[in-house]
Amino acid sequence: MNGNRLARILGPIIVGLLVIAAWHGIVWWFAIPPYVLPKPGVIAQTLWTDGPSLMASLLVTLRITVAALAVAVLLGGTLAVLFSLSKTIEVSFFPYAVILQVTPVVSIAPLIIIWANDVFLSLLICATIVAFFPILANTTLGLNSADRNLVDLFRLYGAGRLQTLRLLRLPSALPLFLAGLRISGGLALIGAVVAEFVAGTGGAETGLASRILEAGYRLEIARMFAALFLLSLTGIAIFAVLSWLSRRLLRHWHESALEPSD
Amino acid sequence: MPETLVAAAALAKSFRNGIAALSSVDLAVSRGEFVGVLGPSGCGKSTLLRILAGLTEPTAGRLERSGDLADNIGFVFQEPTLMPWATVWDNVYLPLRLRGAGRAAAAPRIGAMLESLGLGEFAFAYPRQLSGGMRMRVSIARALVTEPALLLLDEPFAALDEITRFKLNEELRALWQMHRCTIVFVTHSVFESVFLTNRIVVMTKRPGRIVADLPVNLPEARNASLRLTPLYVEVCRAVSAKLAEAMA
Repeated sequence: MNGNRLARILGPIIVGLLVIAAWHGIVWWFAIPPYVLPKPGVIAQTLWTDGPSLMASLLVTLRITVAALAVAVLLGGTLAVLFSLSKTIEVSFFPYAVILQVTPVVSIAPLIIIWANDVFLSLLICATIVAFFPILANTTLGLNSADRNLVDLFRLYGAGRLQTLRLLRLPSALPLFLAGLRISGGLALIGAVVAEFVAGTGGAETGLASRILEAGYRLEIARMFAALFLLSLTGIAIFAVLSWLSRRLLRHWHESALEPSD
Repeated sequence: MPETLVAAAALAKSFRNGIAALSSVDLAVSRGEFVGVLGPSGCGKSTLLRILAGLTEPTAGRLERSGDLADNIGFVFQEPTLMPWATVWDNVYLPLRLRGAGRAAAAPRIGAMLESLGLGEFAFAYPRQLSGGMRMRVSIARALVTEPALLLLDEPFAALDEITRFKLNEELRALWQMHRCTIVFVTHSVFESVFLTNRIVVMTKRPGRIVADLPVNLPEARNASLRLTPLYVEVCRAVSAKLAEAMA
């Protein structure tokens, strides 16, 4: 058990170090110019020097991501509850939710940017569209998969629809909602970045996507990598926070959050 | 003659897929009775119980229920059917909560109910921390906490080991003697139905029909030693014979 845990921490670190060493070696051996592929050390240095200005951009992207995730939870959750209350509403609206989901956001982003006429708002809308479907689909499934005998029991005791929703369907849906939330967290970030790529904003408040684009135009590949590195780090952090939240909320009862018993 | 609590006349039920579960069931249950419904698996026993509870409508026939029954039925399913996210206490509180009782007002009743089923020290445990037998106890406590006029049990002990099952049989019998509520207990076990009940109705294979209605002439107070008496064995033999006839 202890050795296993050590391997889980050390394993990825060793693989990472090996990849960085190989990267460094390849760039050095083939004398690849830094405007094609910089050495890892150069990227680390760029991360250090450009850190403050990149962090400011990251904050802009992060703000859109968090706002989009919040709207997606509100919208997806509310819609899922409405679906669970009325089959008619579900079958009427669900196909359109699917259409929204399968339409690539890059193809509708230009339209949204024209209509919204505000950079923050249009990026928020794009990121929300990308993020909201997993929450909607998972929560709907969760609300509909409450134990049938428990549903009968609620009926037997004369529970109203809202009582059944609050005391039975919502708790039943929580594990699936949280699984959807973890997917949506990553998607909100991707949506925010992709939308910014399309929008290609100028102005005072630029997110990380604009910085990547701008660095690309100037062949500042090291800065591109530094921004990418920050983006992945952010994605991992979002995933970790949401996983922690999920374990925390389910730890008393759901299989997914239980400690191993031996 | 005690008052009839629930009466079914020529009850029939077919499902949408064409399967006929019940063909023509006549059954009257009087207040205070402990009735066993005995039959082979898939004979429509559960369907009959669901109709008595008002969870399913019969396709044909009449069902008359005493007025005070409407919202005062307890139901115990084959599985414990507890809310995994709620503690034992909150699971037992559920029926009272759905009727608008506050936590403080319900607490004495829940405490007493948990004590009487040996669950006192598990009040704040979660269902997953309990054994199958303990979970079933919680399920029974939840059904009894409203002091129901009619308690319906659908093979509640079928999934338990025999030792736990015997123990719960004794406890259920004792609870009935204490509360004197009316119980309809569905089972496919001859031994269980004879040990528990005062009257056994035997059903045929699907579509189910009642072919025998037998009194169980055993002492009122029953404990483990009853299982060893010739009288108990004799009643079991008679009921088994009826069941064999019904299956033929």
